[in-house]
Amino acid sequence: MPSTDELKQRIESAIPGALAQVEDLTGGGDHFRATVVAPAFTGKSRLEQHRMVYDVFGSEVGGPIHALSIKTQTRTS
Amino acid sequence: MSDDINAQLRDQIQQAITENPVILFMKGTPEQPRCGFSARTVAALEATGSPFAAVDVLPHPAIRQELSAISNWPTVPQLFVNGELVGGCDIVTEMSESGELAETLGVEQPDEAPEQAPAEGTVPGPPPMGIENRLG
Repeated sequence: MPSTDELKQRIESAIPGALAQVEDLTGGGDHFRATVVAPAFTGKSRLEQHRMVYDVFGSEVGGPIHALSIKTQTRTS
Repeated sequence: MSDDINAQLRDQIQQAITENPVILFMKGTPEQPRCGFSARTVAALEATGSPFAAVDVLPHPAIRQELSAISNWPTVPQLFVNGELVGGCDIVTEMSESGELAETLGVEQPDEAPEQAPAEGTVPGPPPMGIENRLG
């Protein structure tokens, strides 16, 4: 079962300069919300930014990671 | 399931996306969403007053699989406008809050007649399996 720490580390190591905050929405280890701040998002559409985060997990999203809610930002506000 | 059926399903999904200016792939129906994310997306769409077509992906697991193959997007719901993926629940919700959603749907003037789907003349064969057109 994926943990919030595992998800956070995988996002941060896959997306250059990313800082991620991951919450387990239900406590069940399968519904997560990730808030990701990364300069690498600059110049990309929101759709592309979300895809970059989904791409970290590939087919795990929809599988063991039942739901991954995403919020992306280029820098901390 | 044979590859033929999946390929046929993929064509039907692609066709539904092409033919419906606003189409939502969701779990359940707009009247009875079967997932909180789908429910939220339907609420955001309904708030704009724009008509939309909806496809329930639950009856057939292959619909979801083929849809994600077409859109390169792993989760449901998925909203398409004019043949382009707009996003899932998070993006639609953000766009709804910022007013971008109504803009994207072209419903700034609520009095304007809604765009209708093209005539059915181009449909080859039977209607897509499990795909319900809810336009209008």
